[in-house]
Amino acid sequence: MVPALAIILAFQLAGEVISRAAHLPLPGPVLGMLGMVAALMLSPRLKELVRPTAQGLLNHLSLLFVPAGVGVVAHLPTLAAHGAALAVSLVVSTLLAIVVGALAFTWAARLIGSEPDD
Amino acid sequence: MTDAALIWSYLASKPLLWLTATLVAYWAGDAIFRAARRSPFANPVMLAVVFLAVLLTATGTPYQSYFEGAQFVHFMLGPATVCLAIPLHTNLPKVRRALVPILVALGAGSFTAVASALAIAKLLGADAVLMATLAPKSATAPVAIGISESLGGQPTLTAVLVLLTGMIGAIFVTPMLNALGLRDWRARGFATGVAAHGIGTARAFQVHDTAGAFASIGMGLNAVLTAFLAPLVLHLFL
Repeated sequence: MVPALAIILAFQLAGEVISRAAHLPLPGPVLGMLGMVAALMLSPRLKELVRPTAQGLLNHLSLLFVPAGVGVVAHLPTLAAHGAALAVSLVVSTLLAIVVGALAFTWAARLIGSEPDD
Repeated sequence: MTDAALIWSYLASKPLLWLTATLVAYWAGDAIFRAARRSPFANPVMLAVVFLAVLLTATGTPYQSYFEGAQFVHFMLGPATVCLAIPLHTNLPKVRRALVPILVALGAGSFTAVASALAIAKLLGADAVLMATLAPKSATAPVAIGISESLGGQPTLTAVLVLLTGMIGAIFVTPMLNALGLRDWRARGFATGVAAHGIGTARAFQVHDTAGAFASIGMGLNAVLTAFLAPLVLHLFL
């Protein structure tokens, strides 16, 4: 577990350093993730090493959102002032994005003759 | 001071209490979620946030004191984002087989999510900070929080909007796509992952395995695309 954690943190650290040094719009952890995907393609052994720890962390991914979510207590005035605008914006944009994405996928799949896997 | 007041003043100044409370609140939320047979209405994160928000308000604890303890959990968001590389790598063969539809749907879904949210918010009178806070809401939380920070938004409010986005997607996706008659599980899952990140992905896995796999691909790719797209689209609206 210690080597796996050290590797995961090292990828995040490298991502943060590159993101800041090159003034990239990508957050450090996302760069770290891309670096990790590239590394996994090069080394199957790395995957076996990292997978158990990564799986453990991903199984409890939702827990990790809680502290930031509790920040809502500091934003109750903003939510009260803009509640309706935010609610309409979230509902419409989310549903629209799902429909547009699903239709675009279906259309493009038909165009190139890509059949569903099942 | 009484003993109880002494103990409270000790607990209020150390991270232990709120770290424990965060884990217990999530445990309780998850138990309710299971008892409700994983209904998307009983989202465990939302329940835990409500429990803790009520507790903080009732005890008059400022968010900063709470975060002293909760930061240890929050910190793990970064490493967890790196770990998303594992499922993404596992699904690469699926990505290769459906590369064109994936790229088309990723662009269309991601742009729609950011642009329509900002257009509606602007029409309804949102200011620049709120727009920056809202822009990355379809990306997975750790990424959205990072993007919100770099755009000058309010990261903790972004976290709440991300949660709500995921819940909205999870609640409406199945009846909505059924009504539209879309039967390709790849399309349904992928669009859900792009628009409603991890919470939508969890929902997709409940409905169909292929939908779940494509939802995790959509979530991973949209985390990357939103980081590029959100600043550009936000710029168009300001």
